Order: sequence, then C-alpha cells, then structure tokens
Amino acid sequence: MSRRMTGAQMVIQALKDQGVDTVFGYPGGAVLPIYDEIFQQNDIRHILVRHEQGATHAAEGYARSTGKPGVVLVTSGPGATNAVTGLTDALMDSIPIIVLTGQVPTFMIGNDAFQEADTVGITRPCTKHNWLVKDTDRLAQTIHEAFHVATNGRPGPVLVDIPKDVQFAKGTYIPPQKTSKGHYQPKVKGDLDKITELVEQMEKAQRPIFYTGGGVINSGRSASQTLRELVKGTGFPITSTLMGLGAYPASGDKWIGMLGMHGTYEANMAMHGCDLMICVGARFDDRITGLVDAFSPGSYKAHIDIDPSSINKVIHVDLPIIGDVGNVLNDMVKVWKSRGSKTNSAAVKKWWGQIEKWQAVDCLNYKNSDKVIKPQHALQRLEALTKDHPDRYICTEVGQHQMWAAQYLGFEDPHRWMTSGGLGTMGYGLPASVGVQVAHPDALVINVAGEASWLMNMQEMGTAVQYRLPIKQFILNNERLGMVRQWQQLLHGERYAHSWSEALPDFVKLAEAFGGKGILVKDPADLDDAIKEMLEYDGPVIVDCVVEKHENCFPMIPSGKAHNQMLLGEASTEGAIDSEGAVMV
Amino acid sequence: MNALKISKGTSRKSAYNLRSTLGDTVETHTIAVLVDNEAGVLARVIGLFSGRGYNIESLTVAEVDHVENLSRITIVTTGTPAVIEQIKAQLARIVPVHDVHDLTVEGPSVERELALIKVIGTGEKRVEALRTSGVFRANVVDSTLSSFVFELTGTPEKIDAFVELMRPLGLADVARTGVAAIARGQ
Repeated sequence: MSRRMTGAQMVIQALKDQGVDTVFGYPGGAVLPIYDEIFQQNDIRHILVRHEQGATHAAEGYARSTGKPGVVLVTSGPGATNAVTGLTDALMDSIPIIVLTGQVPTFMIGNDAFQEADTVGITRPCTKHNWLVKDTDRLAQTIHEAFHVATNGRPGPVLVDIPKDVQFAKGTYIPPQKTSKGHYQPKVKGDLDKITELVEQMEKAQRPIFYTGGGVINSGRSASQTLRELVKGTGFPITSTLMGLGAYPASGDKWIGMLGMHGTYEANMAMHGCDLMICVGARFDDRITGLVDAFSPGSYKAHIDIDPSSINKVIHVDLPIIGDVGNVLNDMVKVWKSRGSKTNSAAVKKWWGQIEKWQAVDCLNYKNSDKVIKPQHALQRLEALTKDHPDRYICTEVGQHQMWAAQYLGFEDPHRWMTSGGLGTMGYGLPASVGVQVAHPDALVINVAGEASWLMNMQEMGTAVQYRLPIKQFILNNERLGMVRQWQQLLHGERYAHSWSEALPDFVKLAEAFGGKGILVKDPADLDDAIKEMLEYDGPVIVDCVVEKHENCFPMIPSGKAHNQMLLGEASTEGAIDSEGAVMV
Repeated sequence: MNALKISKGTSRKSAYNLRSTLGDTVETHTIAVLVDNEAGVLARVIGLFSGRGYNIESLTVAEVDHVENLSRITIVTTGTPAVIEQIKAQLARIVPVHDVHDLTVEGPSVERELALIKVIGTGEKRVEALRTSGVFRANVVDSTLSSFVFELTGTPEKIDAFVELMRPLGLADVARTGVAAIARGQ
C-alpha cells in the first residue's frame, strides 16, 4: 500500500506503522508541518515537555520501563542541540530512542539560516547512527531503518534530521514490510563451541561468579528469566552493575549486591577472589573495575556481549562470546543441562562460606540518628513502605542519592530501575520519571533525587502537572553537591569549592507554584508519615526530605585502587587516595 | 587467546578474528574498510579516530563500486595489538560499514601510493634529478626549462626515499595520495 503523501504525513504514518503510541516533543518553526499532522490525528499521543533535554530523558524513561523505543520530536537548531545530552546519555547506556529533528529547508542548509545547526554533524558522535533526509521519497524508508538500527544489536539512540521543505513535499510512502533492512544485521546467536567451553569451565569452577549488566535487561524479559534459571540451577553467586539491577531479584538467595565503586564489600571481594567470572552483558566500565591492573587477578574471564567492540576493550578476557545475551544464556542452559547439570558443588559451597564471611561485615551498615534524617535511613523507609507495591518504578538523578538508592532499594524485576549510569547526567531523573509515568499511568513512579540534580531539569514539573502524572519526587536535600563534596573531602583537603547551594528554593512552595503538592520533612520521627502522605496523594508530589549534610557514601573503592582495597566507613578514609588515584575521575 | 571466528558481511576473513591483544609493542596496520558511499561516512570514520584517540598515518577514500554505491577507505594506523583490535571492532560498529579487513594480518597484500613531486633547479642538479627519477622509474608529467613534476608510484618507503633524494636537488612541492592496498592472490 504505497501511497502518495507529504513528508509530514509520512512521519506520522511511519510512527504509527512502527507501533509508536507516544511522542515526547517540543514544537518550533522547522517542525510545524509535522505538528500540524499531529493535531489532525488521535493515534499518537504527544507529550509537550518544557525543554528538549527533558524530552530525550523522558523518552529514555519510557524506553527503559517498557522495552520499546522512545520517540522524540524537536525543532532545528537549539531544539536539536538541547537534545544532545539525552542522546549521549542513551548512547552510553544503550537505550533505544529515535529523535526526529526539524531542519531548515534544504536550499537554505549551509547559509547560517535562522535556527540552523549542523545537526547530523553535532550528533554524529553521540548517536548510534543518524540521517539527514533530503528527499521526501526516502523519508519513510529512513524512519523505518532508524527504528531497525535503534532496536537491533546493541540498542542506542538514532536521529533523523528532516528539512522543512521535505516535510511539505509529496512523495511515496513505503511501509515497514517493504523497507529493505539494509546490511545492518548484528549477530545474535552465540558460537556453540564457545558456549560449551564456558559450560566446561562452569562445571569445574571452584569460585565462580556471575557479573551481569544492562545487556541482560536490554535483551528482554526472557533473558532475565533464563538468567534466574541458570543461577538457581548452578547455585553460583551473582552480582550486577548499576545498569543491570533487577535482572536477578534482590531478594534472591544468590544475590550478593551491586558491585563497583559503591558496590557491596562481598560483591567486590568475590569479584577479586573468583576463579571463574561470567560477565553477561556488562562492559568492564571503570566504575566496575577499579584499578585495571589489579582487577580480579586469578580468574578465568568469559564475556558475553552483543557488541564485539566491548570485548577486550578494558579487560582482557579468556573467552569472548559474541551474541545476544538472552540467546546465549538459553544455549548455556541447554548445553549445561544436556551435560548433566554438573557443578563442583563442594567447592562452590566452600566459596559461599567465604562469601558469607564477607557478608557478615555488613558493609551497608551506618550510624543512624534520631536528630537528623540519615539519607540511608530515608531510603530504607521508602523501601519498606513501597516494596510491596505491585507496580513500582524507581528513577534517580545522579550523585550520592543515586548510589544509596542502588544500595538500599531492592529491585525484583527488570525495567523497574531508571538511572543514568554511563554518562552520569544530573537532571535525568525528573524527566525520566515523566516518561515512565506516561508509559505506566497507574504505576507508582518515584524519582529519588538530590536537590542539586533535581533543579537541573525542574521545569518538567510543568509537564507532570499538565498531563496529571502522579510522579513522586523524593528529594534527599543535603544542601550540598554531595558526591562532589565527598570527593573534595577525600581528595582535595576538605576545600569545598562551590559544592554547596546557598540559595535553594522552598521546595514546598515550588511544588505548589507548579500546581503539585509539596511536603517538607526534617525530623526522623515524621519520615514515615511524609512518605505515606506522598504515596497517598494523587498527583505530582515533591518531598523535601532534609537529610544529614555531610554523610558520605560507603563502601567505596577509591579511584586508582583495587576491589580488595575498599573503604568501609569514615574511619578508613584518611589518606586513602594517593596522587595517582586523584587524577582519575 | 581464542579466535572469535564470527563473520560479518561478506568477507571470508572476518575482522573479528581476534588476535592476542596482550602485547604492548606498537604495530603499523593497513585496514581496508568497505562503506556505503553516502554523505558523512568519511566524517564518521575520521570522527571515530579523533574521538577515541587513535592514530591515522594515511587515509585514502574513493568510490569503488558504482552499482552497489560502495566506497573503499584505506587507513594506515598504528597502535598496540589491543588498540588495533579495538579500532577494527569500532569501525565494524559504524552502521554504513560493510566490511573491515586488516590487510596486515590477513596475509600478503600489495600497498601502493602515488606522489607528484615538483623539483626546481638548473644545471647539474636538474640533470641529477632527471637521472635519479629514471632509477626510481618515475615519469615526468610536466617540464619547464627550470622545473620537473615527477609522477612516482610505489610503497610509501620508496616515495620517502625519492623525496629525500630530491631535497638537495631543488625539491619544491610534494603531493601524495596516501596508501591504497589490496590483498594478494585470490
């Protein structure tokens, strides 16, 4: 059913044919024809954000919580440049989003026209791929290809730049079924010989560990199920990166907590001491490895990843398996079962004995107070009061609160945890929570925030109020840029350069000014009531939870140190980071 | 180190046949990249090298298949084995890239570069320049009473040698194409 239509109509038709129900966007001169078409239909819901960066993070939140790609529509020039942070964030965390940008008409490109920017040039390094469409006849095919590239292989952000004259001109619409998929067909099936080799290693391993990442979640819900089956069958301990939380349930008996810079003592010690490391859909990020030269020195390392460029990028591995995580895990289970479901159970039992000793250190313990709310305590209470909710989603901003959320909240399922891992984008959480709530109108969506991060995209409260999105903004307010302050304390002689806020808004009044509800809580005795009040209110809420100002986030692997050189608390921080480590970020 | 043995695109010898990446000696590799001939594809490749801090010693690009609309980019780069493997994997990740060949490890290959070299001089130097050009089998493609433009094809080392010999004889200008390379045999 190839049809003649305008470029703007094609955009809407292509989105419908791709199953898109929601677009996050902001209009402007160069996308007016597309907005005109949006006005004349009811199949696709447009969410008007307050800033284009908000649109990209909302689309990320939508994508992460649904497993479907998020779609963004913004104008040329500043519309496109404002989307750059979100594109980079999605690239770092492998989140499929499709950003459609308007562009000045083709005959004006290169003339420094009003609101012109070299969008494909600017976004080339921060997208998986991008296109400038100069011919309406190519538009539909390009949009279909964009969806294909964004969602296949390692997912990521793509951008289609559409000049205004291409939106007005008529062309022939090509439906997705008739679109050539091009040659971009990443390998998803893992090599069976390699998988068998890995299973052999699993059968004899004495100190094995699963180290899983965001790839398990990106691979789809069945990948998490297979992972759970494999962990249950083998009895191996499992840890996860920040991005992978929820693939294996936090309540599972093989769960030893998140690993990495602010991971648990037991997870990092187990990574350091293991003899078989099975890395599933993770990428040996510097927040995970600590000092690369001292990373898990005695282990045989297997790495399952869909992206060949992840292999041997940071850590040299013994057994790379290229393929989709879910696919490879399936084959692993099959091969392992077909060989009799064997493990070295006596040795693994002994290994668990060691892990239990590490767990006994109780690394997430902290000194609570009845005078001031400790941020860890606030999150423990939030967890206690919301963990039984049947449909809970958690977003975060970036900083100490993010790490505490990862440590003290439990994630039972994939797609429930939205956080900016790779790029560490302050201002991510509020717009992401908007996107999650749009996708799941009846769910409980909480953004665990710090006051500084939250202010970076606070305009999106307007979006939440406009669309009646009952998002809960749980701000741990320490009046500091907490993580910056912590590093200044540890690394820069307690010289706290510009890491506190002297003119914070009254968050209760701010919430009310936007048309939401504000709750202030300072006394630990009032904390539970404040959380309950937040949960009971049917609308956007800001909780200004005033917490201890100088709390540090522990445990911590100081930069330039190895997994077995963790700092467990205030007492162990003195001189912990040497000058070499101070260079690292 | 285990070879990955996975193939992408049409090449029989995959760029993913990983070699050991443990060495720390810097190697020079010639990599041929087959790409869709579309706007911005060269910028993607160059941006990858500058963005990730890889070296480019030489780079040539031209369309090689008008029907399929494919271009071939030949890159000479240097790095440790780990860096070279990473470069190839990163190149293969670019969506319009069809194939990545590491000609340096895939068996014998032929490398050629073309240079145009202008030499200005008279008398004995002029005669010597012409005589040397004969030794190198360079062609004279332009001549005045006081200058020559030589056209020379060969390996980069051969061109380097010729340019050095021309320096005292009145070397005025050099234009080089960069390396084009292709695997030997079938």
